[in-house]
Amino acid sequence: MRSIALMKGVPDFSEGAVSFDEDGHLERGKTPTVMNPNDAFALEAALQTRVRHGGHVSGMCMGPPSYTSVLEEAMESVYADDSYLLSDREFAASDTWATAITLCSAIEKYQEEVADVDLVFAGFKTADGETGHTGPQTCWGLEWPIVTHVLALDIDPDERVLRAKRLVEGDVDEIETVEAPLPCMVVADPEFSPTYRKAAHRLTHKRLRAETEARATEHDEHLTTWDHEDLNLDPDYIGLDGSPTIVSSVDPIPKAPSEREATMIDADDGAGLEAVLDEMAAFAGGD
Amino acid sequence: MGADTEEYEHYEAVVVGCGPGGAAAAARLADHGVETLVLERGVEAGSKNVSGGLIYAEESAPYTIDDLFPDFREAAAERPITDYYIHNIAGNKVKTYDLTDLHEHDTDWCDAVLRRPMDSWLEERVHEKTSETGGGVLTDVRVNGLLRENGEIVGVTCDELDPITADLIVAADGVNSELARDAGLMDWEEPDEWFQGVKAVVDMDADAIDDRFSIDADEGVAHLFSGDLFEDVRGGGFLYTNEDSLSIGTVFHLDSLVEQRAEPHQLLDSLLTHPLLAQWLRDEYDEREYSAKLVPDSKKVAHREPYRDRLVLVGDAGGQMQAQGPIIKGMNHAVTAGALAADAFVVSQGNADPESAGRRYTKMLEDSGTMKKLRPRRYDLARTVGERDRVTQVVDTVLESRVGGVAVGNPVASRLLERAYNSPFLVSMLPDTATGYVTLPSVIGEEHGRSIHWESEVEPPSLEERIGDLTYDTDVGNPHIRLRDESFEASGAAVYACPVSAEDFGGGCYRAETVKTNGGEETLVSLDTQPCVECGTCAIVADTEWEHPRGGKGVEFREG
Repeated sequence: MRSIALMKGVPDFSEGAVSFDEDGHLERGKTPTVMNPNDAFALEAALQTRVRHGGHVSGMCMGPPSYTSVLEEAMESVYADDSYLLSDREFAASDTWATAITLCSAIEKYQEEVADVDLVFAGFKTADGETGHTGPQTCWGLEWPIVTHVLALDIDPDERVLRAKRLVEGDVDEIETVEAPLPCMVVADPEFSPTYRKAAHRLTHKRLRAETEARATEHDEHLTTWDHEDLNLDPDYIGLDGSPTIVSSVDPIPKAPSEREATMIDADDGAGLEAVLDEMAAFAGGD
Repeated sequence: MGADTEEYEHYEAVVVGCGPGGAAAAARLADHGVETLVLERGVEAGSKNVSGGLIYAEESAPYTIDDLFPDFREAAAERPITDYYIHNIAGNKVKTYDLTDLHEHDTDWCDAVLRRPMDSWLEERVHEKTSETGGGVLTDVRVNGLLRENGEIVGVTCDELDPITADLIVAADGVNSELARDAGLMDWEEPDEWFQGVKAVVDMDADAIDDRFSIDADEGVAHLFSGDLFEDVRGGGFLYTNEDSLSIGTVFHLDSLVEQRAEPHQLLDSLLTHPLLAQWLRDEYDEREYSAKLVPDSKKVAHREPYRDRLVLVGDAGGQMQAQGPIIKGMNHAVTAGALAADAFVVSQGNADPESAGRRYTKMLEDSGTMKKLRPRRYDLARTVGERDRVTQVVDTVLESRVGGVAVGNPVASRLLERAYNSPFLVSMLPDTATGYVTLPSVIGEEHGRSIHWESEVEPPSLEERIGDLTYDTDVGNPHIRLRDESFEASGAAVYACPVSAEDFGGGCYRAETVKTNGGEETLVSLDTQPCVECGTCAIVADTEWEHPRGGKGVEFREG
């Protein structure tokens, strides 16, 4: 099985890391980049496939050179064999359409020059854009089937068929079982959880981890960077110029004003803590 | 996906547990080219393991751990034990005997060890070796029982994995072996078949150890303690020097703990705060870890035929823990047994009879002299006389009388006693009565001892603090022990004997609570498994359904 796991770098929205200016706009330069959290589920699915059926996993990411850290993180978690960074000033400010065109071209180049691909794994929406477009558009370009919201996955390499349980959201959530021919794109649901019930799988998992620990320390040696010329893309159809999406404005959602008054108490202040207890006693109904 | 209709996974050998017994078996199997899978329930080997801990390499043993793992002493052990003493204590009077002769009898070397660093090192070596045969070590996997086909044992079942079949199954899953019990080879009925040990690992700078024990950096010392400091509970204390810590603990007969309603942690504190230890501990006392372990008494429970079908028992799982008088030897026998089980399997490969490996293993344990050490015939003979209550009473009465004092108290007797203590022949037949543990040492201490005048400034942590310092990954909502009978009569002994429970302590595993019933009061026992250290004591002294937690869950020892 040869797989490509797609991922994206996003601002670290976790508390303390994210930085906003006075107008409430994200300060991208001051906010560190991390791997899109939803991509972790895709990576888990890619890893499970690799552990069960062997083969090769490549990580692929579009973004500025600093996004190698995202690929490196992915190598550590998915034990990817190598990484591909699609990086070029001409790619800047791509919307989902232009991004899909770029990714699709890269996967096609990979198929022509590296190896045939059986599976492409993608995350379920990105934490910054939340459109959920890029994966399906990329797949449309490849003219492959796509299975989304995958909860569990099994592959029959002989029949070249993928069987998946997928979540169908509706008035009542349902789980349907589908089959798709390879090659195929898989979008893992956040509920996806890999299972390793065979000792042989766990031993493989352990071996891959040990091998990757050594590989990840020299990540640059396993990194290939492609620009728009490598992908044979016309700058008019990618990046900002190739993006039909127009963001007219971004309205910050103001925080609700706090209505309660707070009194700060020093934890070392015995008298202050007593006062807190007195205050609380009334609510606790104690004495 | 869904029900797995494929055949079960198969390995030539499955070894359950990666302590010294399992490690030895797996390493030897791998040396023979046998495809070997090792399943360990801890997050890392050693995280579930506790021992006193001295590991011996006996001259007469067919295998020692450094035969199988050549760098063992350098990489995984603490200090070599070059001096060995026993202190007979009566109040503040102490008479010390040098036990180095007994310690060195049949001993090639003996090192102090801490089990987490030791076993985790073994795990890495074992994984390297077994990987080459198509197997390896998996952690976080709890084997919960035996897989049978037409009534015959053919493999193991696990919490985390689908069932696995094997041509050989090595149960090296410790003193609370779920496999030995499943096979009907171990019961948990009699407290007098077990010891319980508790231990504190005490932080101490390496230079301070050298200085206070008057040893060089490449030397170590063992001290044993017996006498009246533990009141009438049968057992004793120990202190071993590690690289930069001390292992200080107590080991008692479980039936004696139950009879006396003694609190194990308090007995440990009696040792820690005894003035004799003040010379070493001084005024700073920093306890790294509190731990506990059940210890089988091989004289009574070492299995004479430790196999069934393709299953063989190794180490504590087979009751292979020898109390040679005051000296305790367990890990060395586990190593021997593990390696012999592997050899027995290889020799028997191809034999259609599934029990041929087990039978040969049993014979090899006999022929190598291991079984004679575990179950000395002299003990069986002496026991019939020595352990009868009336005999004990008479002997004790004489010893405690003036006659006894004179008999034990003259200078000739003192020399003879030191020699007797150092006799492997005599200590192997010591009966398990208060005479050896309490009466005699007390009389010796009283008659020959010098009063010591140090003041102990040691303040051991409370049980609550000790529990608080341990690391747990509690399997919330899925307790591994269930109380079958909550009456005080059936399960009350656990309130005292459990090393993480105590009377009037609400934060332990077991508590006694008085509840009002129709027209009366009743004392009931309740259980919270969160602070459990998985020693197994309550499985014997209380009415429980006792299992280990799932793989990776429960307590995680850092020192061990």
